[in-house]
Amino acid sequence: MGFDSFLFFVFAGVAVLGSLLVIGQRNPIYSVLALIVAFFGLSGLYVLLEAPFVAVVQIIIYAGAIMVLFLFTVMLLNVPREDAAEWDRAHPYYRPWALRVGTALAVVMALQLGWALSRTPGLGAGVADERPAVSSVAELGRVLFTDYMFAFEVTSILIIIAMVGAVALARKRES
Amino acid sequence: MAGLLDWLTAPQTIFFLSVTMVVFLALQLSAAVMVYAERKVAAFMQQRYGPYLVGPRGVLQPIADIVKLVFKEELKPKAADTLLFAAAPVLSATAAIAAFAPVPFGAATTFFGFLDEPMPLMVADINVAVLVIFAITSMGVYGIVLAGWSSNSKYSLLGGLRSSAQMISYELAYGMSLATVVMLAGSLSLREIVDAQQGYWLGFIPKWYAFINPISFLIFTTAGIAETNRAPFDFPEAEQELVAGYHTEYSSMRFALFFLAEYINMVTVAAVATNLFLGGWHGPFIPEAYGWIWFLLKLSVLCFGYLWLRWTLPRFRYDQLMGFGWKLLLPAATINLLVSAAGVLYFGL
Repeated sequence: MGFDSFLFFVFAGVAVLGSLLVIGQRNPIYSVLALIVAFFGLSGLYVLLEAPFVAVVQIIIYAGAIMVLFLFTVMLLNVPREDAAEWDRAHPYYRPWALRVGTALAVVMALQLGWALSRTPGLGAGVADERPAVSSVAELGRVLFTDYMFAFEVTSILIIIAMVGAVALARKRES
Repeated sequence: MAGLLDWLTAPQTIFFLSVTMVVFLALQLSAAVMVYAERKVAAFMQQRYGPYLVGPRGVLQPIADIVKLVFKEELKPKAADTLLFAAAPVLSATAAIAAFAPVPFGAATTFFGFLDEPMPLMVADINVAVLVIFAITSMGVYGIVLAGWSSNSKYSLLGGLRSSAQMISYELAYGMSLATVVMLAGSLSLREIVDAQQGYWLGFIPKWYAFINPISFLIFTTAGIAETNRAPFDFPEAEQELVAGYHTEYSSMRFALFFLAEYINMVTVAAVATNLFLGGWHGPFIPEAYGWIWFLLKLSVLCFGYLWLRWTLPRFRYDQLMGFGWKLLLPAATINLLVSAAGVLYFGL
């Protein structure tokens, strides 16, 4: 096991553990912080994939901007600690059906994933060295504005629509 | 094991470790120097003496301050969130120190023949350095916000909320002014941006980006002051309204860590501005190998600018701050970005 694979397991572990902590917390502030930790794990994985630009942008946009907004909202609304739902304290026999179906679905999906992974050849071989040339910022910019022009522009329009919609919804009606 | 030993004793490793150590210690020292300078400059502007008892002309005052803080009692509000209350100052200081890692402060050197090939005077030569600095400084806000929230005090919470709103607002203009320089230099590496500013017009005007794009320089410094929460943008700790803002409940070394982070952030922003706009370590009269002297001189001028502004301008009102950031600074930065892009595209600046 090389140093790279060791780092991979460290960062992957941080990402998975962080994600688990996000849903395993009662305090919303801790959930937000755990999500930031998970983003840092992902960012480390991007660096290992030789995409430092994506790694840094991940930190700037998700950990730096979006999560600050999340934290701001949680703090401003003073969201209380989440308490257990009523059914959580009930006897297992009386728990709602949605819970049982959801658990069954989760088990099926986990089994499917395990089955698919067990049948994938060359899992332990590591990443092939022929990576696409998107590691350099210049190349990334060229590709974004030529080959993926349409997708790029459509995404930006989508974001603007979302923004306008949010403003329209939040605006007070003058009567 | 032998491989590790070879790696540890290689000249490159020794150089790298010593540069890291020097930067780490110099940042702490710079905070002490800034504290002393701040008090002396403030005193000068208010026609007072300032600290003058400890050491000659009071130069040992920062050390006396630190000793006092070390021996003070650590206080923690009863209802505070213990973990986050302890973590917040550490987070602040860590982000402040880490942000300096990709900042170069001198020309490549062989260190008097110690190294086989010249290495740049910086901790980490990253090819997306500008973005890394931007990312790490944007992490600093968490220290402040968490300090505000975990203290469980209304003044702290308001300070934390203000700081997050302010940093989000000004980060946009900050990033836009960074982008103009990145476009002009055609690189995200601070080392290459500095090297792109070599040379002179008419033999004496240096080719600094501050002269090519003065609006960008102005926006960057303004947003930089807001990012470091300095007056006239020091809302997170506006003492007349919020006692001391986010660090109201902190004492002793935890308080000192916040102070350290604030001053190191100032030095980092000034160092980045020096590299982006003032030609970094390039300058006349001094040989290239001693370029760090020029770097320190330019850095000191910018740091003095910070102090000068703080003791000259009164604080904005909070709504003025937001209006200024969103309605003036951001549109100006956007237009400036578009004009610079057109300039690079059509005139090849």
